[in-house]
Formats: sequence, C-alpha cells, structure tokens
Amino acid sequence: MSVPAELHYTPEHEWVSVEGTSASVGITDYAAQQLGDVVYVSLPSLGATVTAGEPCGEVESVKSVSDLYSPVDGEVTEVNTELEDDPSLVNAEPYTAGWMFRVRVAQDGNGDAALPTDLLSAAEYEELTKSAG
Amino acid sequence: MQTPLDAIHERLGATMTSFAGWQMPLRYGSETTEHLAVRRAAGLFDLSHMGEIAVTGPDAGAALDYALTGQISAVPPGRARYTMICAEDGGVLDDLVVYRQGKQEFLVIANASNTATVFGALTDRAAGYDAAVVDATQDYALIAVQGPAAAGILAPLAQLDPADPQLPELGAMKYYAGAFGTVAGREAWVARTGYTGEDGFEVYTRPQDAEHVWTALTAGGSGAGLVPAGLAARDTLRLEAGMPLYGNELGPDVTPFEAGLGRVVKFDKPGEFVGREALAARASAGPSRHLAGLTIESRRIARHGYPVLADGRTCGTVTSGAPSPTLGVPIAMAYLDRPPASLAGAVLAVGIRGEAVPADLTDLPFYSRRR
Repeated sequence: MSVPAELHYTPEHEWVSVEGTSASVGITDYAAQQLGDVVYVSLPSLGATVTAGEPCGEVESVKSVSDLYSPVDGEVTEVNTELEDDPSLVNAEPYTAGWMFRVRVAQDGNGDAALPTDLLSAAEYEELTKSAG
Repeated sequence: MQTPLDAIHERLGATMTSFAGWQMPLRYGSETTEHLAVRRAAGLFDLSHMGEIAVTGPDAGAALDYALTGQISAVPPGRARYTMICAEDGGVLDDLVVYRQGKQEFLVIANASNTATVFGALTDRAAGYDAAVVDATQDYALIAVQGPAAAGILAPLAQLDPADPQLPELGAMKYYAGAFGTVAGREAWVARTGYTGEDGFEVYTRPQDAEHVWTALTAGGSGAGLVPAGLAARDTLRLEAGMPLYGNELGPDVTPFEAGLGRVVKFDKPGEFVGREALAARASAGPSRHLAGLTIESRRIARHGYPVLADGRTCGTVTSGAPSPTLGVPIAMAYLDRPPASLAGAVLAVGIRGEAVPADLTDLPFYSRRR
C-alpha cells in the first residue's frame, strides 16, 4: 500500500495535493483497496462550493457505496472527467490518473493555501490505517 | 471462525470479510478479474463455511422426503439434487444441495448462515425415522474449481473410486453427480456442482488436507489460467447466472414459487412433507411477487432494498444488484408486485439514493454458458 510522503490526508481516506492555492483531491490507495473495484464516481459540479468534512460526491464499488468528503474549503475548478468512462483508474492509479477534483482554496496571511489544520501527514495517515487493520 | 485455508488466504494477501461468523476471502485482487477468470478459464474458491449435515440410516431418504420439498429418496446414489427446506407456512428456511453418497448416506449442504437452522429442523423432522442427523461442518473443507477449464485442471489430480467400475472418468461425470475418490492423493468427495453458472467441481476434503489440495490445484491450474477467487466474485457470478441467494431472493417470507423455483416442490411424492398445505395453496393461487431481471442504464448499482419504479410509482424492490462484468452493465434481480409481462410499455427505473435511474426488464438468467 502506498502513502506518498508529500501529500496531506484525511481520516476519511482522501488525499490532498497542493500547488499554490489549487488543491487536488482523490482517495488513497488504502481506500481503493478496501472498496474493491470502483465502478462509478459521482463528483461535485464545476463551480460548486465544497466544505471540509462535508460529503460532496460518492464512490461506488462492486460491493458498496461510500460518500466522498471534501478535505478542504473552496470552489471546484476542475473534475476528472476520465473517471466517467474509466472509474477503474481510481484503483489502478489512485494518486495520479485517479484524481477526482480540484479546488481553489483561500490564501492565508502568507499567501499560501489555507488548509484545514486537522489534515494528516503521510506518517499520521499510515499510522491510522495500521491501527484500522 | 477461520477456515482451514486461512493461512493461504493471508499469504495471498486476500481482503477478508466476516460472513456468518466465518472469516472469508472477499477478494484476492480485483473481483472483476476474478469473475472474468471464472467465465474464461477457472477460479479456485474456499467455501469451507458452507454447512455439511450428514443424514444417514435406513430411513434417511424417507426422512428427507418429509423434511424437504424434493423427493430425495428417488435420487440415485452418486447424484445431487437442488432442493429447499420450508417452514410449515411454506416460507423458505434455506436452499440446499443434497448429495446421495450411498444407499443410506446423504450429505445436505446448507448456507453458512443457516447451518444451525437447517440442522435443528432436520433433527426435529427426522425424529420419527430410523435416521441419524449429524452436523459435520467441522469435518469438511470445501474447495470449488469453477470455469470452463475446471475439468481439465482437476482431472489429472483426481482419482475416482477405483473399486467402482461404474464410475466414469472425471470429465464424463454428469452435472449434479458426485463420487468418492482422491484429489492430489487425499480422500475427497468430488461433485460436479457449483454456484457460478459455469461447469465446475466442488471438492469436499478433510480440513487437514485442505492446504495440500488447494496448493496442488493452484500448481496444476496456473498454466490454464486458474486464479483464486473470493466471495465478491462468487456473488456476481451467481447473479449473472440468475441463481438466488438466501437472504436476498430467498427467505422465510418467500415461498419457492415467488422465486420462480416452484419446480423444487414435489407435490406428487409419496407421503407427507413439511409445508405441503401452504405450498399447495400458494401453487394454486399463484405467486404474490415475481422475481425479475433488470439491466440499469447507468454505471450506478441498483442495490438490495432499492425501490423499482414503473411510471414513477413503486412496483417492487431490488434483491441483488451488481455490475455485470460479462455484460458490461449493472444488473439486478428484484421482486415485483405484478407479473413482469404486465409492465410492457411502462417506463421503468430504480430509485438509486433519490434519483430515478432508467432500467429495463430482461429475462433471467442474465448469462448462460454455452454447452
């Protein structure tokens, strides 16, 4: 199971990658493995406002359907339309081709992206998945 | 509980799931890949959670005729029968496969979640007969080899009882037949049965022999495309084949007639049987619900409990739903409150979490293998 060191994570198994004030979001390799083959992804609409910790979509696998939570606050600027035709990208490349949506987040006082303070580091997330078994 | 193959599942990195008190492999990698391997080559399943109940003695056949819906006494030795055990009110307590292993020896295979219920009911119902009922679940591991390549994989490893010259070679064994023999040198009951809609075999071994048999089958089958397959693939395989699952299409509130399986009720067999009166009434009145097949016009899955809508009004409930790897669209089985034929021309949909997703009626099964 891979947990890239440079990403931020949530306890709901989303990852966040930040460039400037643009945050890319997907679900983790661990989550994809737990779900099994992903067959359908429902993503937020372009321009929608998402709120950290609130559901903004669904990830459906052969055996289950789960809410997709936004890890950040902001406006959706881009969604991964490739997933409409090939949701299995979420299993195959959860951190790259399987990304789900991008959000423009507010700036903090230093001009950096203002992220929720409770996001997990890679080490913290890895610890969480281990204790979950 | 763990099956005798638990260490192998762990070594294979299986995702495990709890099912009826058993830790079972849900999938080893991709359930879709496992499903397609069974359709195109073969899959290897650990089904050791299934219940094995031995019913033996001079009156064993008569006791099962009374206890079950089928005429089990008429099953010849070496053959199997798909049947059901019903309550007095005709509700299904379980669906079963019964093997006749000898003149006075029957092995009843129950769903894991129902083993205790079936064992209890059989014990009660056999009370007046010269027959012993024993829950032998812990005495067996069950390994299934399913798929078009199954016979070719198992044949070189299987030796059917050499003392019985009547027995055909494995490849010539009839569907729903079984025989004592060995697999990879270990004693086994080998049956041409399964729950995938493919040709295949089920190998009942002693628990201590299970790892050896599994390993031999894996080695013998890998060249032919055999892969280990979990319960997730088993569920989509049986759904494509239109086979009911207890707890979804079958339950105590359903008679065999609703499930379209009235043929398992043998009213013309001699003697009384549990549920006869209620089942006869249901047979003459017609089913109160109708099992139907649906394909969904979306990638979204119509899952157990979702409503089926005809022209916007609820007309039934989904019992099982999954993506069909073979058809490439989601499929579902549902109970409808009216005959499917009466819905011709209606706009059908499934309510998927608040959204009416278009659906189409289709004949069951969704998939039939070429014979």
